[in-house]
This record gives sequence, C-alpha cells and structure tokens, in this order.
Amino acid sequence: MINVTFIEHNGTEHKVTAEAGQSVMQAATFNQVPGISADCGGAGACATCHTYVAAEWVDSFPTKTEMETDLLECAIDIRENSRLSCQLVLSDAVDGIVITLPESQ
Amino acid sequence: MSIQKVVVMGAGHGGFQLAATLRQTGYQGSIQLLSDEPGLPYQRPPLSKSYMQGKISEMAMLFRPAAFYETEKVELIHDSAKIINCDAKTVELNSGKILPYDHLIIASGARNRLLNLPGSDLQGVHGIKTRQDADVLIPLLPIIKKLAVIGAGFIGLEFAAVAAAQGAEVHVIELGERPMQRAISEQMSEVFRLAHEQWGVQFHFNTGVSAIEGDGDKVSRLLTNDGSSIEVDRIIYGIGVIPNVEIAADAGLTIENGIVVDEMLLTSDPNISSLGDVANFPCKYFNGKRIRLESVQNAVDQARTIAARLMGNPAPYIQLPWFWTDQGNLKLQIAGLSIGYNETVIVGSVADQKLSVLCFCDGELICVESCNRAGDHMVGRKLLARVSGLTPEIAKVEGFDLKAWEVLNRPEV
Ligand SMILES: Cc1cc2nc3c(=O)[nH]c(=O)nc-3n(C[C@H](O)[C@H](O)[C@H](O)COP(=O)(O)OP(=O)(O)OC[C@H]3O[C@@H](n4cnc5c(N)ncnc54)[C@H](O)[C@@H]3O)c2cc1C
Ligand code: FES
Repeated sequence: MINVTFIEHNGTEHKVTAEAGQSVMQAATFNQVPGISADCGGAGACATCHTYVAAEWVDSFPTKTEMETDLLECAIDIRENSRLSCQLVLSDAVDGIVITLPESQ
Repeated sequence: MSIQKVVVMGAGHGGFQLAATLRQTGYQGSIQLLSDEPGLPYQRPPLSKSYMQGKISEMAMLFRPAAFYETEKVELIHDSAKIINCDAKTVELNSGKILPYDHLIIASGARNRLLNLPGSDLQGVHGIKTRQDADVLIPLLPIIKKLAVIGAGFIGLEFAAVAAAQGAEVHVIELGERPMQRAISEQMSEVFRLAHEQWGVQFHFNTGVSAIEGDGDKVSRLLTNDGSSIEVDRIIYGIGVIPNVEIAADAGLTIENGIVVDEMLLTSDPNISSLGDVANFPCKYFNGKRIRLESVQNAVDQARTIAARLMGNPAPYIQLPWFWTDQGNLKLQIAGLSIGYNETVIVGSVADQKLSVLCFCDGELICVESCNRAGDHMVGRKLLARVSGLTPEIAKVEGFDLKAWEVLNRPEV
C-alpha cells in the first residue's frame, strides 16, 4: 500500500492509499477525491487529470512524453511541476507523496 | 415535484457517469444502476488496446472499486431490464422484480452488428464489445498466425495493429475504399493506411466477404466477393453496431436510428431520458441535425447534462464531440465532426506522422484531426467551441501554427 495525500485548491486534504501499479489519477478517482474528472479514463487523450507534484517527488517519475507535454500546454494554470496524473504510476518509491490539485480542469 | 427515485438502465460509460455525477452534485434520492454484464462497471476503450495487450489490469479498467457503490449508495443491480411501463413508471427486470422510478435513464448502448454470412458461426470468429469478449481473445492473441479483420473501422484497426505487432499475418477486408472512411478525412485515412502497411497489415478495399469456410468446425478460409480466398485461423469483425432500442420501442418511445431525444436529451416520454450510443440527438456541431455518436465523450457529457437537469439546472446538450483511437504508435484525436467537409489543410509533417488535418466546410472550420499532435487537438477543441474565424487561407500560409494563432485570436473577455 502506498500513501498518497491530495490537497485540493481550497486546502482540503485527502489522505488515501493505493496499490503499486495504479496511477495517481486512479488513486484520486477510486477514493472520491474531487477535482480530477479524467474524461478519457487515463488514455492520455483529454488533459482533465492535471495535478501538481510536490517538489521532492518530481524526479521520482519518468519525464514527460511529448504527448503529455503537448496536452499539458493546453491545461489551465500549468506550472513547472504540472503532470497528467494518469501518466504517473505509483510505486513504493513514492510512498507518502503529496499531490496538489488545480483550481479547475 | 422533486425526483427521488432514479433508475439507470445500463452501467456503461453513460450510465455510470450519470450515477456518479448525481452523487457528486448532491442528489440525495435513490439510484438503481442496472447492469446486464457481470462484475463492476468498466471502461471499454482499453478492450481493444492496452487491456488486450496486457498493459493494464482488469482493476485499472474499472470506473470505481466496489466500495464506491456502497459508500455512495449507488445500488448496482446485476439484472436486465425487460419491460418499461411508462404509465405506471416502472421497469420490470428479467428476474421479475419491479422497480418504480421518478425518472428513468436509458443508457443501454449498442451491440455489435453480427456477420450474416455462410460460416459465420464457425469457431474462431469474434467481435469485441465486452470484457468477456476481450478475455476470450487475450490468451489466443500470441497464437494467432493468420488473422482477418472484417471492417476497417476504429476497433478493427486497433486490433489489427495489436495482432500485427505480435507477428500475425493480418488482412483487413473492407467494403469501402479507405480506413475509417465514415469518420475521418481522406488525408488522415491515407496516413493510417500507410502506417498499417508498414506494420505488415494487408488491406483489401472495395472488397466484401462472401463466405467463411472451416476445417471441421474451426475457421480456416475466407472467400471474398472478387473470387479470391484467404487462409486464416481467426476472424475479428467490426462492421458497426445496432443500438439497443428494443425495450424502449416496446414501451412506445419514438425510435429512429436509436432512441429519439430532444436537445435536453429527453425521450418522447417526459419521465425518460436517454444518452450515449443508443440516443439519436440534435447535434449543434452537425447543423442541429440528428446523429447518434459512439464515443466516450458523448456518453459522459450527455450524462452530465442529464444529471444537471435532474438537479434543477436544465440546459440543452451542446458539447463539442471529440474522440480518440490508439493504433500502433499513433494516437488519432478528433475534435468536431468531419462530415460534410469540402476543403482540408494539413499542418505538421506527414512524413513524421505528426500532423493535423483541418477540415473546413465552405470556409468554416468544422473538424481538427490530429495524429500524434495532442496540442493541436486541445487547441482545436477550443477553436471549434467558438466562432473561430480561422479560414483555409490563413491556415495555408507557410509556417502557420494552430496554437500560436489561437492565442493571438482569442476573443476578448
Ligand atoms: C472495443 C471498444 C473500443 C472503444 N474505443 C473507444 C475509444 O478509443 N474512444 C472512444 O471515445 N470511444 C471508444 N469506444 C466507444 C465507447 O466505449 C462507447 O461509445 C461508450 O461505451 C458508450 O457508452 P454507453 O453508456 O452509451 O454504452 P455502453 O458503454 O455500451 O453501456 C451500455 C450498457 O448497457 C447494458 N444494457 C443494454 N441493455 C440492457 C438492459 N436491458 N438492461 C440492463 N443493461 C443493459 C449493456 O450490456 C452495456 O453494459 C470503444 C468501444 C469498444 C467496444
Ligand atoms: S485521464 Fe485523460 S489524459 Fe489523463
């Protein structure tokens, strides 16, 4: 089990657990964390799963593919640590990770 | 009168989303979600893609885990609806159980059109619609040597790409003259024809299948209407779907290529809505004409529109259609509908398989098809959702960049 903390834009925290191999997106949707609509179900086709990865975990994931970069460019309020959460696969290495959610998708 | 009892017939993309959105937006009444498929509701797109390839687990396909249905009080009933009684406002299930409703949502989707050919009942002929269909095919995939795909639509081509990558000899037999003919421009079809050929797929266009022959009860050969025969050990067909309208028709609802709904997604009965693959709706992006669309976007956005109405925020359905398909290393994303285009402009590079085809009708942008250009797709969605003013003349200029143009030409707010 991997612990993931989601922080909504308004500061509300959601502490959830997920399994290795699940995506950060699923960790959120499976636990009713609001703010990620994930319209394409993780196919990398919609950019409605935009999140911010806390600084200390940014390097724990493979770098963005061109597709992810392209999709993110059109998301709202993108920052250095913006990622599409469906592209982030959880592993024990990121146990305790903190993910912040944008104001809107 | 406020709605207290919602029954949803079908737990696919639309039915699930409806239940989830109602709860998200504070609906307090009961939700009974009918599913005639075993297990928890799941997403279909991976069936012919990542799930088929073993890249994602069964769990990763689920919309939600079992706990969701308990905590959110969505009563998932594994049974099928049999009879709708509009006057009594009840649905009778196969088991005989009768569910009263204040509002019924028909989200029954569509089923695969079956091959109707001599030999189509032989062993080794498959369609792909459900998780069960995929589960049958997954263990067979590594041992398919010679595959015929009947129909060059999205699902057939997705599977063709998967099988070709496994080393199978793949034949695609198609009555039309190009891949995905009904849904994409000639230019984008051509990109996909070349790509599939590079992966080893052999196309047979303008060709019908006249019969399937077997060795005993197992498929072994396929005969085409031009008199040739192709040796095969598996056949996949994807020749379109038939909307699941029978129960609605028996109940007296208006049916015409699906269940007819108005712009609010209401059927001819004010207590019944319909959405997704089964619903024939007036589409803003099709000049207000009726259409039935088979896409995740359509099912999900229509569910949100209906949920909003049930929660007291009625609004017509006006969302821009969009779609994606993954074939080999190519991701095709379509924003808008290309039906009726009469001019196209290509941006990007055909040689690198990174391009978008902008489709115009009488000078107005109606569709953006992007292959491995996700950024263009997203910008296309923004442009199509407003009166963009983009013309073929502007797009044809050397060095034109869709994204930069969108930023420069945003309407003032
Ligand atoms: C293999 C495959 C790949 C696809 N890939 C893509 C893709 O890449 N992108 C995309 O946008 N779309 C894709 N689609 C299309 C997309 O999945 C559908 O458009 C979407 O599922 C439609 O949602 P729906 O709710 O209308 O119907 P469905 O999801 O089909 O759900 C309808 C459900 O209702 C059930 N049902 C029917 N009658 C009854 C009854 N009487 N009682 C109870 N239940 C009943 C059905 O069994 C089914 O479970 C794909 C479809 C398939 C099959
Ligand atoms: S869920 Fe669609 S891109 Fe992540």
